[in-house]
Order: sequence, then C-alpha cells, then structure tokens
Amino acid sequence: MSVQPVILWTDALIFALLAGVLVLVWFIRRQPHLRAPWAAVARRPMAIGAALVLAVFVIIGLLDSLHYREKLGDSPPAKPQYSVEVLSVFDALVGPLRTQQEKTYSAPLAMQLYAKEFVERDDATARDYPRLKYGGAHLRQAAARVPDIVRRIFVGVAQGLAASLLLFGLLAAWQTRLRHLAFGEWLTAWGTGRLGWPGRTVVLILTAMLMLGVVIARLAAGYHVFGTDKVGQDVLYISLKSIRTGLVIGTLTTLVTLPLAIVLGIAAGYFRGWVDDVIQYVYTVLNSIPGVLLIAAAVLIVQVSIEANPDLFDTAAARADIRLLALCLIMGVTSWTGLARLLRGESLKLRTLDYVEAARAFGVSHARIISRHIFPNVFHLVLIAIVLDFSGLVLAEAVLSYVGVGVDPTMYSWGNMINGARLELAREPVVWWQLGAAFAFMFALVLAANLFADGVRDAFDPRLGGRR
Amino acid sequence: MFAYILRRLLYAIPILIGVNLLTFALFFVVNTPDDMARLQLGAKHVTPDAIERWKVEHGYDKPLLLNAQATGSAQFTDTIFFQHSVAMFAFEFGKGDDGRNIGNEIRNRMGPSLAIALPVFVIGLLVNITFALLMVFFRSTYLDLWGVVLCVVLMSISGLFYIIAGQYFIAKLWNLLPISGFSGGIDGIRFILLPVLVGVVAGIGSGARWYRTIFLEEIGKDYVRTARAKGLSEVRVLFRHVLKNGMIPILTGAVVVLPLLFMGSLITESFFGIPGLGSYTIDAIQAQDFAVVRAMVFLGSFLYIVGLILTDISYSWVDPRVRLQ
Repeated sequence: MSVQPVILWTDALIFALLAGVLVLVWFIRRQPHLRAPWAAVARRPMAIGAALVLAVFVIIGLLDSLHYREKLGDSPPAKPQYSVEVLSVFDALVGPLRTQQEKTYSAPLAMQLYAKEFVERDDATARDYPRLKYGGAHLRQAAARVPDIVRRIFVGVAQGLAASLLLFGLLAAWQTRLRHLAFGEWLTAWGTGRLGWPGRTVVLILTAMLMLGVVIARLAAGYHVFGTDKVGQDVLYISLKSIRTGLVIGTLTTLVTLPLAIVLGIAAGYFRGWVDDVIQYVYTVLNSIPGVLLIAAAVLIVQVSIEANPDLFDTAAARADIRLLALCLIMGVTSWTGLARLLRGESLKLRTLDYVEAARAFGVSHARIISRHIFPNVFHLVLIAIVLDFSGLVLAEAVLSYVGVGVDPTMYSWGNMINGARLELAREPVVWWQLGAAFAFMFALVLAANLFADGVRDAFDPRLGGRR
Repeated sequence: MFAYILRRLLYAIPILIGVNLLTFALFFVVNTPDDMARLQLGAKHVTPDAIERWKVEHGYDKPLLLNAQATGSAQFTDTIFFQHSVAMFAFEFGKGDDGRNIGNEIRNRMGPSLAIALPVFVIGLLVNITFALLMVFFRSTYLDLWGVVLCVVLMSISGLFYIIAGQYFIAKLWNLLPISGFSGGIDGIRFILLPVLVGVVAGIGSGARWYRTIFLEEIGKDYVRTARAKGLSEVRVLFRHVLKNGMIPILTGAVVVLPLLFMGSLITESFFGIPGLGSYTIDAIQAQDFAVVRAMVFLGSFLYIVGLILTDISYSWVDPRVRLQ
C-alpha cells in the first residue's frame, strides 16, 4: 500500500529540536567541563531511573510524530487520492488497538459491554450485557476470562524477565570485556553498587518496564486493558496517543520561551539603562496579566482566525496541529518572564566581575562578551528552567483543556480525556477507567520529569554545592 | 516612605496603560468585531445584517481609534478604544453578553471567591511551613528524604485529580460534605470545607518543598552557628531564629498573591459551583464573552500591581535593613 508522508508543523519542530539536542550532546561530549555535571546527573540513581522512563515516553512520542496518509484503495493510479485520516508510524505499530472499536463503555479487561441491551439468545430476546466485538472475543464462556488473564500476565512477566536477563547478560559481557574483569568480580561490583554508575537501578527499572510492557502487550492482544470510552474506543490507545501532545507542549513551549528569555534577560542585565527599563516594563506588563486569561484571550483569537480561513488546512489533523502550535507559542510568550528576570539578575552580577571588565578594557565587542563570557555562565540557569518548566507545562495542558482553551477538542490529550470524562464519575454505575488512565499516564510522565529535573538541578546549581 | 509609595503608584499607571493597549490590540485589532460577531452567531449562516445588529447591540459599531464623522473631542471619545478600553480606568466595565453590569457582578462575586481563597491561603501557608520545618528538623535523615520524595509525588499529581478524587470520595462515596454549592452566612461553612481541604492538600507538595529549601538556606548561615555555639537547643534555634528569618522571603513572596485572592480560583470554583469570580471568568471564556474576559484581565493586572507595591512595603516592614527611598 502506498502512502503519502505528512509533515505537520509540530512534527517538523520536534525533529528540528531532536537534531538540536543531538548536536548539543555531541558538543558537550567533547568538552570535559561541560561533561562533568552531566556525569554527576548520571551517577544519581533517581535521575537515571527517571531518565529511562522519560526515554520510553519520548520514543513513543517520536514514533507518533512520523505522520502519513494512506492511499485510498479505489483511487486511480494516475491520480492517486489519499485518505483524509492522518496516521502515524505508532498507529501502524499498534494496529488493532486503533481499529478494534466497541459500541460503547466497557470495563478494563472486560468481555461484555458495560450497559445492558436486548440480546438474542436461543431464539428469545433477553436483556443482558452483550459480548464485546473484540475484547475477550476468543473466549467461549465467561468463566474462562480470569484464568486467561492470569495466564497472560504470567507469560508476560516470564517473557519480560527473560528479555531482561538476556539484556543483562549482554551488558555484563560488554562491561567485563571493556574492563577486563572476571564475570564474578563484575557481578559483585554490580550487586554492591560499586560500578561507578547506578547499575542496580538501571537494571531494576529496565526489568520492571520490560515486564510491564510485555504484560500490557499480551493483555492488549485479547482485551481492552483500560476498557473503552463512550464511543467504544480503546482507552489505552487514547492514553498512548496523548503522550505526544503532552511532550509537544512541554518542549515546544520552552523552545519559544528560550530565545525571548535569553536575549531579553541578558540584554536587560548587561546593557542596563533604557534597555533595562524597556524590557522590565514589557515583562511587568505581561506578568501582571493573569496567565490563564492571557492564554484564553489569545486562544480565542486563534480560534477565530482558524475558523475564518478553513481552506488553509486540508485535514482535520493539520487544523488541530496548528492550534496546538499556537497554544505552545502563546504559553511561551506568557511564560518567558520568570527566566528573563532570573537571567537579568545574574547578568547584572556578572557584568561587574573582573574578567568581564578586562574583556571590555581589551575592546572586545558587546556581542562577543555576551556570547563568550556571560551566556556560558548563566547557561545552568537556562537548563534548570527547561527541565523544571516541563512538568508544569504538561499539567497546565490538562487545566487549559478543561477551561476550553487548550488543545483542539479532536486531538488526543490527557486534558481532553479528563474533560470528556469528568461527568462519568457521577454516572451510575461509575465509569472510572478513562479518568484513571489519564491521571496515571500524566502522573508517570510528570513524576519522571520532576525527579529528573531534581537531579539536573542538584548537579548544575552551584549554590547547592555538596548539600542536598 | 510616603513619597516612595506615591512614586510606585505613579509607576503603576504606565503598566496599566500597557495592559490596556495589549488587550485592546488582542481583542479589537488582531481580530475585528466582525470576527467576534461571526464567532458568536455561528460561522455558517450569518448575514451582514445580523453582524451589524450584533455590533450595535454590543457597542462595537464605532471606529476603532478615530471617528472622522464626529466633531471636536467626540472624534476621540466616540470610538471603541475610548468607550471600551479607556473607560476601564474608571472601573467602568460595561455589560456582558447576558446584559448584566460587569461591575456589579464583580462586586457580588468577590465575597464567595474570597471565602474559598483566603482560608486556602492562610491554612495552606501554616500547613506548608509546619511540614517544611519538620523536614528541616529531621534533615539528612530518612524522614527528610522520604518527606521530599512525598512532596515530589504530591506535586506530580494533577490539580484536577485532587478535586475530582475529593468530590468522589468525600462527597459522593462517604457523604461527609456536600459535593458542590454555596450559601452565605454560617450555614455556608459546610460548602466551603471541601474546596478548602482540596486546595490545601493540592498545594502541600510544591509549597512545603519550596519552604524547606528556604529554611535550609537559612540554617547554613553564621548566626545559626553562633546560636548553637551559645548552647541553644535545636528546637529553640529552629523556632526562634530560623523560622523568624526564613519568614522574610516566605511572607514577601506571599504578599504578592494576596490581592489576587479576590480573583478566586478558576478550576476550584467551577468544579464546586461557587458563584465567585473564578467561575465567572471560566463561564465567560466558555461562552466567548469578550467584554467579561477583558474586564477580568484588567482587574487581574490591577490587583497584581497592588500586590507588587504591597510586597515592597512589606519588605521594609519585616526587614528593617531594607529602606525605601
């Protein structure tokens, strides 16, 4: 089947960002003094564990950012026509998760619908819970469900464990060869935590994630692991698709924030005088407007202009994507003030230091002083701000979507899930799984981001020193 | 002191003008009143007549900045800018889409907002400081470590979760408190308890952790070592010396949000059905009532600037070394 690749705006920016990060990593690896704090981050078990969890989220998000449109089966080859539905590589990988749609609500791992319906049975009509079309469809009777689930969990755990053991063996083989150690020596060093890096945590977290992943995959092959929502869509699929939205908001917003905050913050602190006055005025004005209201106002306006130009977007996904990008831009414009103020204060201090004075006496240009002497010395602040802001932005998305000024309602996001499901708890019987899944996924991502941010801050902030 | 406050007040004026110009640009220039009308009336089947009528009804049928048809000063006053933006300086907010006077609504809704926000603020401050002090008292023990981990876990949970879980368990499942609603007087307390509880719990994670770092920074200073060298007990050092000095950044950080308490909390109020300014704002955003959103933007900025001035004053009040001039 032939496909047409689709590059949405956020896709392009995400991959540009990825390229930027890779270049930065390559640059940092070559500079010992830049590498040192990152090595300190890698020595913290909490930070490295969080980074592994984050990596899983990022991989899912990246796979979900490679978009394409399928060719319609009945379109002529000379002039191919493509489906209006934009899919991603991730959709292709999880295949049945997306397409196996039930009629309406069904509980996690259920084989019957959550609502009674008239069903035909032995030539008579009875009111009962009808069987699901896909969930547990391989089972003949209800009594076989629990043993089947237990079996799947056991097999999943065993396979996850086996895969993890295999990885562990490979790791051991590589490490022993690298350091010319006997296997036993290496194992003792690993077991007692004297490897120089948190080997135990890495192995533990990887094992846990592998087991969890395989168990979920096993269960998802026969059931809806987190149930289905009102229109019968698999909640696990929706939650996984929402990862990309969360990551985009957390990273692209910062990407907008950074240039504004860095340029204006350093300029205000370095040049002082009227430049400082103007920049301070601008950020006091922006700061004084309540954030949610400014975002709401700007989003309403973007909505108006999107609705005024419907021809610009050929698919609903492109439309939703532009709105997501606009949301990132707006949140970025409203949130650069905090970092700018911090950088201004730091630059004020730095500009009076001897080496900056010396550079000025030698006639070094302002641009060069800022890029060579000021910026590298405030970079740790920038980095700490990036990682600290990330989790706040992911949480903010949920709140904004609830207010109605978040991402497009058609887009998969945890905020939209919560917004759509908040009345489900008032229902009888209660439907809790959609809310539960959204909160659980959001919690996992935000907790990992927070723990990682803590590690980065502790390693980079010179004020904290050795104290923790 | 007086001259300082006066100068700060004068400095506030250009900022308010800036806010006003920004909102004017956002609401009237970037998208025209025609766009707003179309959004309100539905994009598809809308006639130019209907748009015109909507604009006249809302007073948006005038030119933006300069009315060439009028004479004299009316050239400037008979415009959207003057009638809708400049009027805000006199706290004349006009009418919302539902025809009610926005100024009256604000006055009526401040009370309920404050009834929730003030207890959350005060109780939250006390609880957070207590937790932070406990962690500092047991610093570099497992109690402190797990306290910090607990804080990180608590702050990683979405605020919406606290509200939804609180409503579900406390109100629906256990029937301890009403799920939502509001009433004035002493009877209203049972409605306030749950939102206040939820608000305090939701704030513990980030609050206690933040105050802990402040106290830890304080505890490393020389005067604390001196106090210990004099033979004071750890409890006395903490409560007499560290707490007092740590309160300086905490209080001054708290003062800036004090006026903003009037604005209430958008999410809490809308979930608990409290007729405060927060739910007013959220309703306006959802109904796309631009007049109300604009009024709330102005009010919020005004209160923020008041907060900034109060912060400066409180600095000199709690820390005599700071002189305002």
